[in-house]
Amino acid sequence: MIKNNYTSVIGLEIHIQLSTKSKAYSADENIYGANPNTKISPISLAYPGTLPSVNTKLIEYALKLGISLECDINKKNIFSRKNYFYADLPKGYQITQDKNPICKGGHLLIDLEDGSKKKINLTRIHMEEDAGKSIHDIDPYNSLIDLNRAGVPLLEIVTEPEIRSSFEAQSFVNEIRKIVRYLDICNGNMEEGSLRCDANVSVMKENDKDFGTKVEIKNMNSTRNIKKAIDFEIDRQIELIEQGKFIVQETRNFNALTNATNSMRTKERADDYRYFTEPDLQPLILDEKYIQSIANDLPLLPNELERKFKKEFDLSSYDIKLLIEDKGISDYFQKICKIIKNYKLVANFVNGPIKSFLNTNSVPIDKLPIDRKKIIALLSFVDNKKISISSAQQIIFPKLLNSDLEVIEIIEKNNLFFENDSIDLEEIISKVLEKYTQKVIEYNEGKIGLIGLFMGEIMKITKGKIDPKKINTELKKELEKRKK
Amino acid sequence: MLPRKLIKTKIRAELKNKKSFLQVRDDLQSQKTTVRSITANYIKSIHDNKDLNIFIEVFENEAINRANEIDEKIKSKTQGKLAGMIIAIKDNLCYENHLVTASSKILKGFKSNYSATAIERLLKEDAIIIGRVNCDEFAMGSTNKNSVYGPPLNPLNKKMVTGGSSGGSAAAVAANLCMVSLGSDTGGSVRQPASFCGVFGFKPTYSRVSRYGLISYASSFDQIGVLSNSLFDNALVLEVISGHDHNDNTSSKKRVEPYSNFEKKPNYKIAFLKETLDLKALDSSIKKSTLDLIESLKSSGHQVETCSFPFLEYLVPTYYVLTTAEASSNLARYDGIRYGHRSSEAENLNDTFVKSRTEGFGQEVKRRIMLGTFVLSSEYQEAYYTKAQKIRSLIQKETNKIFENFDFIITPSTPRTAFEIDSETDDPTDLYIEDIFTVHANLSGNPAISVPLGKCKKNLPFGIQIQAKNFDEKKIFNFVNQFLTHNI
Repeated sequence: MIKNNYTSVIGLEIHIQLSTKSKAYSADENIYGANPNTKISPISLAYPGTLPSVNTKLIEYALKLGISLECDINKKNIFSRKNYFYADLPKGYQITQDKNPICKGGHLLIDLEDGSKKKINLTRIHMEEDAGKSIHDIDPYNSLIDLNRAGVPLLEIVTEPEIRSSFEAQSFVNEIRKIVRYLDICNGNMEEGSLRCDANVSVMKENDKDFGTKVEIKNMNSTRNIKKAIDFEIDRQIELIEQGKFIVQETRNFNALTNATNSMRTKERADDYRYFTEPDLQPLILDEKYIQSIANDLPLLPNELERKFKKEFDLSSYDIKLLIEDKGISDYFQKICKIIKNYKLVANFVNGPIKSFLNTNSVPIDKLPIDRKKIIALLSFVDNKKISISSAQQIIFPKLLNSDLEVIEIIEKNNLFFENDSIDLEEIISKVLEKYTQKVIEYNEGKIGLIGLFMGEIMKITKGKIDPKKINTELKKELEKRKK
Repeated sequence: MLPRKLIKTKIRAELKNKKSFLQVRDDLQSQKTTVRSITANYIKSIHDNKDLNIFIEVFENEAINRANEIDEKIKSKTQGKLAGMIIAIKDNLCYENHLVTASSKILKGFKSNYSATAIERLLKEDAIIIGRVNCDEFAMGSTNKNSVYGPPLNPLNKKMVTGGSSGGSAAAVAANLCMVSLGSDTGGSVRQPASFCGVFGFKPTYSRVSRYGLISYASSFDQIGVLSNSLFDNALVLEVISGHDHNDNTSSKKRVEPYSNFEKKPNYKIAFLKETLDLKALDSSIKKSTLDLIESLKSSGHQVETCSFPFLEYLVPTYYVLTTAEASSNLARYDGIRYGHRSSEAENLNDTFVKSRTEGFGQEVKRRIMLGTFVLSSEYQEAYYTKAQKIRSLIQKETNKIFENFDFIITPSTPRTAFEIDSETDDPTDLYIEDIFTVHANLSGNPAISVPLGKCKKNLPFGIQIQAKNFDEKKIFNFVNQFLTHNI
């Protein structure tokens, strides 16, 4: 983004906490929200004499992501130690990858504001482990440590500094989150810290060749905050430069209450992590066959699905975007479409009442309390013009949510079937038009919007038992007659 | 020079094989004795020899209880193959519900909540773990003086050091306070004290024995080793503790051969490194005995050739750069947070780290942590750590080259015999030269044994070291057995 002739340069570091059953280098359970210090063992506590063993799921998940993002896969993986002292880092070092990450390069297409796409190149993806948590705000005198998270597997994605605005950064994180959920390797929950993002931000004059001094921003725990933090930081940096001041290379913390970034620590003296090859783990050699087997098992990703949906279902870009936001939803949609061929009807129903229920209750599609077979039954009644879509949405769907009744039972109990034969539609239309003679004249003089009034009246009388399309056709015929 | 015949007799006398576990096993089988009575005798000997400062803790009641259980098993013929074997363990091996301190103040009172894989395998074969023995703090040292418990005394001469770092393990065997002991060998810590105490000390191939439960000093060098009075016992115990372990990612999946099933093979090709005898610090009687042995080997038909190994002077520096680097990281976990010593003086987090470690670690350990931190620092890593890694690969390559043409490399185990406990050196790194012959096998990873060879003028023992290529443990045992039982 160019602001007062400044260009912003942004690179992201995204930590993805993997949803493996056990930790990266021990058999401890990897689960969020357990009682403090219950998911631990001599290994994760770094007891004397313990050694790490690699969880093969860590490799599998890294490959899933790396292949999806079209990275170069490194076949000889060497683990390294990153040494530093901290109370919640039991070994005094983190097992990570230094010079030979499992994935190099790769890229991701993100959506821009104008609907076009932009390719962001990745530097690398590497495997590492999480530290525990230090809790400073419970006990007034002591810090408390919870080591449940110590050793939980992480992938770190590092982008090239090719992101140019807060919108692009937000879009990148949204896209990554969607992909890791599609791959089912991370729940993508930023509030719980399952997906964490740090941003390196600098600004430069439009025609400058060299990047400005970068500042690292941490603690942005939602995509909205990523946007806010970067916007704040860009403005702050431009203002400093305009005032003739220098940017200090530092790490800044984002405060969601003030929407501002504050200095955490300056980087005058770079940390020396004394990286060296982890001698407790042998190099991990990946063979081509294994890599290929992971590649063959990958699900279609959002970008591929978008193309597929356009081709197979002929839906609008807007509908497709909504459907592919979540893998559960897109799978669900496709399953229903195998039976109901009215794709637009299915898309509207999924993006409409179903999604609105899921959003209101913050539950995933597999927690929808209605059997998929019932939804299919319901939509086929609509598709076969036996009931109206409004009955389906407003009467039947809520009843399905709150009872065990079958679709047919609800329709019959509430008398919702179209009764095209037993009702004299012609007579009802005539009655209504007689009631509004003045309006009929106005309609025939060109106020065609009045048709809604007539429709509404007729629908009220027919109680949704006649297909609105049929009413519409008959009504227009009748109005045409009265023109003469 | 002595006439050939005389040399042979003399060496064979020195190399005598003490009573082995085979005898014990027969006696148990024929009910001449019981495990309980054997155990009780060893416990008594340990108490009688308290002044040697070898045992830090004797697992007395537990040993007796286990002995009773094993006696029952013997009656029902369901005992494991180490039933009746009395074993002492170095104080850096974890044993569930037992204290383990690596002879350091920083682990004072620390109880392990799991057992090392090697210990589990011994227990499974019905060995009796009689107690834990003294060592240098975190296995760093070659005198066993770097121990929070003070040095153990050499049973052959109480004024002398036992060697280190597995000094307690070697002394316990030499003083007959156990049949076999486990030690650990990072740069000679099993072979050097074995040489000083006149016992067998075997360091297997790196990756042969699981390191799980061995308190790490330098991960890419550390191996658990076996010390014993008899070659057979050594082979038998090594056979039990060797083999793949899923808890140690670096442990080898290679099959374990029956080491204790000694076989007589035709003559061997043996390399002798000529640079080792040129060393100024080499004791004259060690030099002489080694030359005599070579003559003796030749006369019995083995092919002994002098070989050049130009890397000798680089062994010790390379070893110290790499081991201290790994140690500086391996010992970071002793931070006073989760277990072990925590300073009562600390007022904040950083203080807790600094003060707990300053108070908890001894001088030598601190020296090595500092050195290791330095060689890994970004400014110096290239000049020291990375360079040392390259030299290590060269040493490995060069060593493998020798083993393409030879079955064994023989050298003295140590340049001199045990020295006085009270002797002080101005420069603590002077002692690092003690390791010159032994660090080789840890740098290249190959197996090596120290076999008692002779005694110096002061009547102190010394050993001969035999190295073979990776996973040739069985070949070493076969060869040494040939020494001891046949005409060399």
